[in-house]
Amino acid sequence: MSKILIRGARVLGGEPQDVLIDGEVIEAVGTGLSAEGAEVVEADGKVLLPGLVDLHTHLREPGREDSETVLTGTRAAASGGFTAVFAMANTFPVADTAGVVEQVYRLGQEHGYCDVQPIGAVTVGLEGKKLAELGAMHESAAGVTVFSDDGKCVDDAVIMRRALEYVKAFGGVVAQHAQEPRLTEGAQMNEGVVSAELGLGGWPAVAEESIIARDVLLAEHVGSRVHICHLSTAGSVEIVRWAKSRGIDVTAEVTPHHLLLTDELVRSYNPVYKVNPPLRTERDVMALREALADGTIDIVATDHAPHPHEDKDCEWAAAAMGMVGLETALSVVQQTMVETGLLDWAGVADRMSVKPAAIGRATGHGRPVSAGEPANLTLVDTAYRGTVDPAGFASRSRNTPYEGRELPGRVTHTWLRGKATLVDGKLA
Amino acid sequence: MQRHLISAADLTRDDAVLILDTAEEMARVADRPIKKLPTLRGRTIVNLFFEDSTRTRISFEAAEKRLSADVINFTAKGSSVSKGESLKDTAQTLEAMGVDAVVIRHGASGAPYRLATSDWIDAAVINAGDGTHQHPTQALLDAFTMRRRLVGRDAGIGQDLSGKRITIVGDVLHSRVARSNVDLLHTLGAEVTLVAPPTLVPVGVENWPCEISYDLDSTLSKSDAVMMLRVQRERMNAAFFPTEREYSRRYGLDGDRMAKMPEHAIVMHPGPMVRGMEITAEVADSERCTVVEQVANGVSIRMAVLYLLLGGNEPAVTHTRTEEK
Amino acid sequence: MDTEHDKQHDEADARAVLEAPDIARVLTRIAHEIVERAKGADDVVLLGIPTRGVFLARRLADKLEEITDRKIPVGSLDITMYRDDLRMHPPRALARTEIPGDGIDGRLVVLVDDVLFSGRTIRAALDALNDIGRPRAVQLAVLVDRGHRELPIRADYVGKNLPTSLRETVKVQLAEEDGRDTVLLGAKRTSPGAPQ
Repeated sequence: MSKILIRGARVLGGEPQDVLIDGEVIEAVGTGLSAEGAEVVEADGKVLLPGLVDLHTHLREPGREDSETVLTGTRAAASGGFTAVFAMANTFPVADTAGVVEQVYRLGQEHGYCDVQPIGAVTVGLEGKKLAELGAMHESAAGVTVFSDDGKCVDDAVIMRRALEYVKAFGGVVAQHAQEPRLTEGAQMNEGVVSAELGLGGWPAVAEESIIARDVLLAEHVGSRVHICHLSTAGSVEIVRWAKSRGIDVTAEVTPHHLLLTDELVRSYNPVYKVNPPLRTERDVMALREALADGTIDIVATDHAPHPHEDKDCEWAAAAMGMVGLETALSVVQQTMVETGLLDWAGVADRMSVKPAAIGRATGHGRPVSAGEPANLTLVDTAYRGTVDPAGFASRSRNTPYEGRELPGRVTHTWLRGKATLVDGKLA
Repeated sequence: MQRHLISAADLTRDDAVLILDTAEEMARVADRPIKKLPTLRGRTIVNLFFEDSTRTRISFEAAEKRLSADVINFTAKGSSVSKGESLKDTAQTLEAMGVDAVVIRHGASGAPYRLATSDWIDAAVINAGDGTHQHPTQALLDAFTMRRRLVGRDAGIGQDLSGKRITIVGDVLHSRVARSNVDLLHTLGAEVTLVAPPTLVPVGVENWPCEISYDLDSTLSKSDAVMMLRVQRERMNAAFFPTEREYSRRYGLDGDRMAKMPEHAIVMHPGPMVRGMEITAEVADSERCTVVEQVANGVSIRMAVLYLLLGGNEPAVTHTRTEEK
Repeated sequence: MDTEHDKQHDEADARAVLEAPDIARVLTRIAHEIVERAKGADDVVLLGIPTRGVFLARRLADKLEEITDRKIPVGSLDITMYRDDLRMHPPRALARTEIPGDGIDGRLVVLVDDVLFSGRTIRAALDALNDIGRPRAVQLAVLVDRGHRELPIRADYVGKNLPTSLRETVKVQLAEEDGRDTVLLGAKRTSPGAPQ
């Protein structure tokens, strides 16, 4: 019964092939496939990728359901081609207990648009003082393996060291939000030429880089793995590159917006460009693209950060930091990485599915598109050109920096374990 | 055409000279028995002050009243920055009341720009100081004071400040006055040098059209005007400088330092002065110090700006950078 | 001002109605009339309305000084800020208001302008005077009265009465500003509208 035949899809951007899904798994990949009674999807040369995995999403539930819920957030994820998202811990209450992470996990399962893998807080209440019950969260039904105080930096070196050590017991990883708090007091935007002119508090690159340098050394010292959230500077790239060359077990992510946008946009004082870490310079953007291409930066993660309209429809200083990103991530990556020749579609699959699944130990995701594998798939119309219209977003929030901007590519279909969550660009 | 005044950087040389020339005529009104003109009769101007600044508000109010505008003063108590929607809500309230212009002072850099480019309000927006960004009418009144003193009241008409050497000393990092002055003085052809301890100069200053020096003494003899900026004592606690004493020893203007300035050179200060910190009483009270004059000139400049933005069916001032939505 | 300095105006089409000698002659006549009517012009203050009224006021002052052998106070009165049509145009650059040192209180102020047309300029000038002081009396001297008054205002001293149609333009040129003295009567290129 539930057979789906995807005809003429360019798997990972290669030659057109047919992919037959049977139930939850891929039954066959080849040319000239046919199947009695199968639902046929004409791919027409669209690119087929393994379902995308986002290691850095803010779903806001529980606590800020006015900006996003697990339901709206996973619908946005499905629209953007994602089959798994890691939900950050900075909810209200904070996801620092087994109870909260299980709730978020269960909501994801119930809604069925996308697997939701909760991230546990490193410290109680994200306060950076006392380790949360990391083991309990890992052993819960949610099976947490990624821990992060994202939004806040684990700035106490001892706490960070202990967290890195502690999660080794169950193969966990600490994802650091690298932001030295004293150097960023009152910080509003990247510190540099533009901030000097606009009179907005500067957010120096060194505030990010100094924490990354410390943490890779800590990880080396205690033999742990560490993941760096949303790298935003050329200097951070250099440090991670150095750490990897030393054999330190470090992974790093970059957001789509840091691959495209620069602090010049802040001249508009439009808070839609206010984000943490801040938009940096053209030089940083180029370094990040190059690092993503050469593997220094392992993955793209959206840092999808929904905020209600009123939190952005105000003066810069009063505005919340963050941008929604799930529904535009692949398009931005296509524009900045594929169309610039820096990555092919196999590379995109690696950076947006295979590696994030591996870092987060998301079983069943980031698998090859081949027979016997779970049917987590994304079909992309890479020839599409269109302007971003936030009114069409599935997310509850509209705080996108791309409104009115032309971006290439559009996800037309998403399958989560063989079940279509997105069909012809419409949520199932 | 732009109908707001948000940043001194938006003014062309001709705009700025027109404002200074107009202010020179406005200044004459102050010498008359009836210091009032009917020009803005029927126009409503709101002074929207989210930050306490009695001086600036009074100066604008005097200018507005001399031009016969209807004036509404709105002083927001407490911090508005913590409640972002209040600026929008306030703006929409004022819009509903039918105001023609909003003179805004706000603690957040960019708030006036945001007001002018948002769809919250239709009125003309005049920046009366925003965060550490801009304070364009202050820069204009400073330039007006310099032109009067260094070029001449009548000789200055139609002239800019070409070749004048202006030194600005103090907390450049936190100063909207410094930013506005650097932009405007550069536009008017002056050569600007900023003097401050390195901690009080912003990262990224290298793109500003001015020189930077850490040594006050070496710049004094080459200055036609020395502008002292207020330095808040609290900066000491954030390690911008070690002690108040050390700051005034290295960067304060006292009688000995003033003596090194050329005879014609003037001392300026946007006020309020911290006597004993950046300026000694001897200098503050000297003939060469233009602080009181600057206050009087502030009214003339603000009259000129209000007249040129609101006095006709469209503004007479063109702008180069800030674009209207 | 009532004078129309139309940039598009083609001088070739315009006819000179007063030449330099005529202008000098009528100013001399006006000076004599002022002395006569003001009984010696002891307390006369001349205030020219910028731009050309100021030059005419200075010339009149020179002639009055020749006649009376006394120094005649002369100044300028910019009426821009008092205009009733401010909202119909972009703001105009201001001209100088220069009141002679002894002021105007209790004196006979003679306003001087080049062309009297709708009368609105003079209305604005009377308002402006009101904010400056209280003259004993105010009189008006103009080089040309072209008619078409819109307010109950008349001149006390007229150089030349020049009946015109609204389709015509009157252009006064003075050496101080234009390099020569002449009054030109020409045809408007654009369709006729209300004065000003």
